[in-house]
Amino acid sequence: MSKFPDRRMVLRGTLGGGAITVGVPFLECFLNAGGTALANGRPIPTRFGTWFWGLGTNKEHSTPLKVGAGYDLRGELKPLAAVQKHINYFSGYASDTDGRPNFVHHSGVGLLRCGRAPSDSKALPSETIDVTIADLIGGASRFRSMEMTATGDRSHSYSARGPSAVNPPEASAVGLYKRVFGPEFQDPNSPTFTPNPELMLRQSVLSAVREDSKRLEQRLGAADRARMDEYYTSVRAAEKRLALMLQKPPPAQACFHPVQPRAVPDGTNWDLVGERHKAMTDILVAALACNQTRVFNMIYSWSGSNTTKQGLSTNHHTLTHEEPKNAEGYQTLHAWFVERAMEAWAYFVARLASVREGDGTLLDHTLVYAHSEHDTAQSHSLDGIPMMTAGRAGGRIRTGLHVSGADKPASQVGLTLMRAMGSSAVGWGHGSMKTTQVVGEILA
Amino acid sequence: MIMPRTLTRVGLVVSLLGGLAALAAILVVALLGLRNTAWFEPPNAGGPPTLRLLTAEQYRNSVWDAFGEDIDLSGAYFPTLPRKAGLVALGATEVSMTPGALDVFQRTAADVAGQVVDAAHREAILPCRPRAADRSDPACAAAIMSRAGRLLFRRPLSQDELSLFTGVANAAAQSRGDFYQGVAYALSGMMTSPKFLYVAETTEPDPDRPGRARLDAYSKASRLSLFLWNASPDGALLAAAESGELHKPDGVKRQVERMLASPRAQDGVRAFFSDLLRLQDFEGVTKDSEIYPAFTPAASETMHEQALRLILDHLMVRQEDYRKLFTTNRTFVNRALGAIYRAPVPVDAASDQWLPYTADPENQAGLLTSVSFLTSHSHPGRSSPTLRGKAIREIFLCQRVPDPPPTVDFSKFEDLSGKLTARSRLEAHRKDSACAGCHKLTDPIGLAFENYDGAAQFRTKENGEVIDTSDEFDGRRFKGVAQVGRFMADHPALTPCLTRRLFAYGVGRDPGAGERAWLDWTGRRFKADGGRFPSLLRDVATSKAFFAVQAPAAGAISSTRATED
Repeated sequence: MSKFPDRRMVLRGTLGGGAITVGVPFLECFLNAGGTALANGRPIPTRFGTWFWGLGTNKEHSTPLKVGAGYDLRGELKPLAAVQKHINYFSGYASDTDGRPNFVHHSGVGLLRCGRAPSDSKALPSETIDVTIADLIGGASRFRSMEMTATGDRSHSYSARGPSAVNPPEASAVGLYKRVFGPEFQDPNSPTFTPNPELMLRQSVLSAVREDSKRLEQRLGAADRARMDEYYTSVRAAEKRLALMLQKPPPAQACFHPVQPRAVPDGTNWDLVGERHKAMTDILVAALACNQTRVFNMIYSWSGSNTTKQGLSTNHHTLTHEEPKNAEGYQTLHAWFVERAMEAWAYFVARLASVREGDGTLLDHTLVYAHSEHDTAQSHSLDGIPMMTAGRAGGRIRTGLHVSGADKPASQVGLTLMRAMGSSAVGWGHGSMKTTQVVGEILA
Repeated sequence: MIMPRTLTRVGLVVSLLGGLAALAAILVVALLGLRNTAWFEPPNAGGPPTLRLLTAEQYRNSVWDAFGEDIDLSGAYFPTLPRKAGLVALGATEVSMTPGALDVFQRTAADVAGQVVDAAHREAILPCRPRAADRSDPACAAAIMSRAGRLLFRRPLSQDELSLFTGVANAAAQSRGDFYQGVAYALSGMMTSPKFLYVAETTEPDPDRPGRARLDAYSKASRLSLFLWNASPDGALLAAAESGELHKPDGVKRQVERMLASPRAQDGVRAFFSDLLRLQDFEGVTKDSEIYPAFTPAASETMHEQALRLILDHLMVRQEDYRKLFTTNRTFVNRALGAIYRAPVPVDAASDQWLPYTADPENQAGLLTSVSFLTSHSHPGRSSPTLRGKAIREIFLCQRVPDPPPTVDFSKFEDLSGKLTARSRLEAHRKDSACAGCHKLTDPIGLAFENYDGAAQFRTKENGEVIDTSDEFDGRRFKGVAQVGRFMADHPALTPCLTRRLFAYGVGRDPGAGERAWLDWTGRRFKADGGRFPSLLRDVATSKAFFAVQAPAAGAISSTRATED
């Protein structure tokens, strides 16, 4: 079944020899599914990620009025001015729960990330889009994907293999830094490469453990056997990662070593959230430039955001319920919080664009899917949840457009992104979210 | 003349027999009645064996049991487990591994193993020294693996397992030229194994009931130790499993008594109440420091400890009635919380010192007026009668308060001008029929607590207006929080709820219909026994129901798993 040599055999072969010879053969994980992107040098990899903010926008105040190129940035979207040319804005796409309850601040996430309505107020209904894409491209880097949350809360992740298999996020920028750029980091541009014998040992230990635990599975019921399969899948991913790290990493021209950030205090105040987001973004950008991961998920604020502002008696979420609309018909303080989110998003995009890579920038070789969970937070509306993309996905995506969805299923955006990332999926989504149509305007 | 005498005799015999039969009938009826009342444990259908991922605390306790409390795990952050039926203990039986989560476990395992073999620890932790430190020593490695494996896997290692891990240790030691590094690799492998990370319960044919299954002895041991100590079984419990003692009622009783008498039972009680009170969800609660200057980060960090101290003191030390946990005015304060109570804490008290504190009984409802409970179920800068009322119903009465409908017309609530108190702000909840249905469940109880602001400080006025704390709780009028505490204490749902949650917590699944009779019976005993929590723990742990199991169904996939529409 496995294409890997028996790690114990490799290990035994190295005993007593002193020097470690790396005999790991060319592995299938160095190729994407289509076999088009050879990691070793030549084409620059395309990365995919998501960016989430909670509570949508005041749409009357902020949704661009002009469709197409050169769309107008107004209201809460004004902070995007400097990066507008990199961003597509999607308005008016439909998200239908098909009679399932609208679990407030939750259903929208399932609809946009999984293409289906959740049947549970907590868990995501199925695999999220980043996991689907990580299956295509995530195997070729040290981390299959990187999850981060600027909220500081370790339970905040919208990346999942299934309802009970959530990828845990890093909630501290220092933790993220240490994980990526700690002692295990191998500079891809280092002229010398010495395979770390420790990694090979760890790999052999993992495969031994995996072999040993097979008998455990035989004694379990079906549901628990399925859970044990998730364990094996995770172990195999870890083994692959170690195998990869035993190879000389392909040079990454844009790679740079970021500075370790300061420890941000705990708290939900907007300035702490902003600082965490900024520090995590800086590390992520370096991690992408150094080819440490190709898939990422950033949470700026959680759905039903609990971000606070000094002096306000409630958090952002409660405000969206209680704040009266101003004379112009929108909620002033809610708008203030959304503006902070958009500033963070603008920073994120600008930071990716600031790294030169090949004949363009890191952002040109990246595709980011940003969205919220409601269109109007106060009424928990799911019609036209704001979505954006940033980056050109290696030239496969056109940018700087406002696309009006005219009630077409929002999953069209997700399917378009999957295709741009090399998926051959014919359709995506379930029920009325099922679609085989892509958003043609943004495909180059 | 014989006839009459014979007849008389026959008559005598008949009447005697009749009397005996009647007596027997009465006895049978009485016994059947008793079966449903006090003496006999009603049968319990049991449920499937579980596969539980260790929680962070269980992981820590298991590592400490195997290697000592010197092992520093403060940097380890484990994936957050989902809450099912009110308990993370139930989420742990459904959660799946992801590459990201395994990565965390792997790094932690390597870190722990590194500490075990470092120069500062190896002498104290490892049972033997190698003949030479720069190469493998199979005999010593085997001794180490055997001892650690038994505690980590919660049963003795099989011969295959022992040779596997010893083999890893030997090979790695030779490769690195370092015995201890070899041991570290093998130990980190053990701690990455699902045999450690998951508590996999297994069944075997029950010799006493042909055709039926029972939990094997090691699974019983794990169930007991997770329940009573929130840890893996210790050496004595494993020995009891090995000797077959745990298949005998007396043997189980002996172990349960031993475990309850240990100070570690407090860890178990802490873990249960932390889970019940959802403390994990309210770690690092922050309040607006401009609005609530007394609620410092130190108060946030220690307030849950205050609630747990109150619970332990009341239930385990004083062995008082669980119901009085809602009426007591005793608690503990430290310096940070003293400021919230406006209670002078002596200046020479250490910052981590806890002092007994008796509050004004008129304004106390025990646990419900703890800083942890009041602030967790509030907004950052304001109290919330709705959140407090909802928490009381869901956590302590096992009642489900529906989520608000998504299509609430909030314009009704927007004009809050002139509404100085929470009561006046929440008026619309009562007037609007769409809201009233649920809010009448939550708001009135919550309004009783309005003398405590969002950071648990006592007040009599809000925005200058006197707070009215009178209302109705399940048909009974009350005035003030102390009376709500008393109503809680004799609420018919209170003790059954605790019984149900405790049992679910212990067996790792929500009880099914076939367990209702047992739960009712146990709940009645708990009440009749004066609500003493240690007795409830003992009753649950020594019951047949606690170990009742059905062999795993090979077919059905868990309903929570996504299926095609």
